[in-house]
Amino acid sequence: MVEQTVQIVSNEREADLYFRLVVRAPGIAPLVQPGQFAHVRILPLREALLRRPFSIFQVSGSTLSILYKTIGKGTEVLSRMRPGEELSMIGPLGHGFTVPPPSGETPLLVAGGYGMAALYLLAQRSPQKGIVFVGGRRRVDILCEEEFRALGWEVRVTTEDGSYGEKGLLTEALLTELKRRTPGRKLFACGPSPMLKAVGRLAAEFDLQAELSLDEHMGCGIGVCLACVVPIKAGDSWEYRRTCTEGPVFDSRQVAWEAAK
Amino acid sequence: MNLSVKIGTLTLQNPVTVASGTFGYGVEYSQLINLNQLGAVVVKGIRLGPVRGNPTPRTVEVTSGLINAIGLQGPGVDGFIRKYWPFLKALKVPTIINIWGTTVEEYAEVARRFDALGGVGALELNVSCPNIKEGGAQFGTDVRLLSQVVGACRKVTKLPLITKLSPNVVSIAPYAKAAEAAGSDALSIMNSFPAMAIDIETRRPRLANVTGGLTGPCIKPIAIKLVWEAAKAVRIPIIGMGGIQSTADAIEFLMAGATAVAVGTANFYEPQTALQVIAGLRQFMQQNRIKDLRELIGSVQTRK
Repeated sequence: MVEQTVQIVSNEREADLYFRLVVRAPGIAPLVQPGQFAHVRILPLREALLRRPFSIFQVSGSTLSILYKTIGKGTEVLSRMRPGEELSMIGPLGHGFTVPPPSGETPLLVAGGYGMAALYLLAQRSPQKGIVFVGGRRRVDILCEEEFRALGWEVRVTTEDGSYGEKGLLTEALLTELKRRTPGRKLFACGPSPMLKAVGRLAAEFDLQAELSLDEHMGCGIGVCLACVVPIKAGDSWEYRRTCTEGPVFDSRQVAWEAAK
Repeated sequence: MNLSVKIGTLTLQNPVTVASGTFGYGVEYSQLINLNQLGAVVVKGIRLGPVRGNPTPRTVEVTSGLINAIGLQGPGVDGFIRKYWPFLKALKVPTIINIWGTTVEEYAEVARRFDALGGVGALELNVSCPNIKEGGAQFGTDVRLLSQVVGACRKVTKLPLITKLSPNVVSIAPYAKAAEAAGSDALSIMNSFPAMAIDIETRRPRLANVTGGLTGPCIKPIAIKLVWEAAKAVRIPIIGMGGIQSTADAIEFLMAGATAVAVGTANFYEPQTALQVIAGLRQFMQQNRIKDLRELIGSVQTRK
């Protein structure tokens, strides 16, 4: 974990509300593991105090990139920042995905929308190439498909409105594939909570291991404020664990979805 | 140049500490800052047994502030001693342990356990957390109960006792005086303000706990006023806190009458804040030819 001032190299609109940010972060980029995140202080935000967490998308030498959607004041202000401007970044943070060992499981990646970003490094560093299932509401929500194909991965796209790929839910396409019962597979997922729950259920049904990247309101990002907790099984009960430190990636069998309601 | 101050029998190398609940157990920040440069490390509130804490969402960001309802999640006395004490014990700066309970007896028992541990710098009594059903603020908003809690802890330990007061009272002076009379060596002023935020689209509260405690720069002027009032009411030192994010903020607290300060919410967004404040204090003293930090304490001039 390193805190450093990073300089924006580029910050361009990818499509619709999605942007791609590249920063020079020599202290952070070389340390990044798949599924980890960076906690970013956007200085022009002023009276919005907290840092914003972003999954790290790609790493190249001393630079790293982030794929984000403008969903609030933080990301809107960020989207207006220009090359040469600076951000404060703490990273890499969190416990990420387990890269499969050589001749280990074949990964099936499941990405809801820009959840794709959190899975890219895993695809790049996995010795086995697998299948990426990516879903969104509309065509415009499907991002970085070509980048996964360029790694030699198969990409299966679903959109809820049928404007691109197969019409329907991502988890339906995943179910179809799982029914083939090809052995030696493992699931890795990032996306909205209902999707992650559904992936967890499918993993249980087909007796597969699944690693899920969970999302919860984050404060400090380094484990002290205890804002970002999720219920995780512990013995015959459960306890709150931090998505910023023990997570964001958890084994689906450990998540006590029903506990904290 | 002297920056050291005394809190009871405890000497701090400089007046800058951190607020309980914003600094974990110190170890979390050790990769980002040199903890040995702080005045003291103050850990998150600990009661006798482990505490699960409140459901999520536990925090919401508001203009220049943060509302939280964490619910004092923690490992309990034994869990703390096993997991965190070996690290803290090895630091060169004192550790102040924030303690709480749901009964007077539990406060005293936790105080006794930490007294027996050896090596603790001071105990801070949390009688002011707004986010738990039992314990916390119920002791800090009733003068009689406050005296009982402080008195019961005083009986079982010679460690410096710091009572962390609630801002949620009509006048802070009687509480400050009651804590002093019951044997408190110092006061922490203040804890968070009870607060609430609503999502207008869903008409739901932003926090699962419905209400929480407001912290951050937006509460600083209120905290300054409370420190100033309490400083006039008691002779014991005050640790001032509430929205400090710069050297100037810290100096305001000192001038209002605080002997030391604590950086709180700012730790969440800028972990370097406390160290920047320490450097800034030195610079301010140099520029103003102040040899001893104590010259600043309570130096506000309210007469024309």
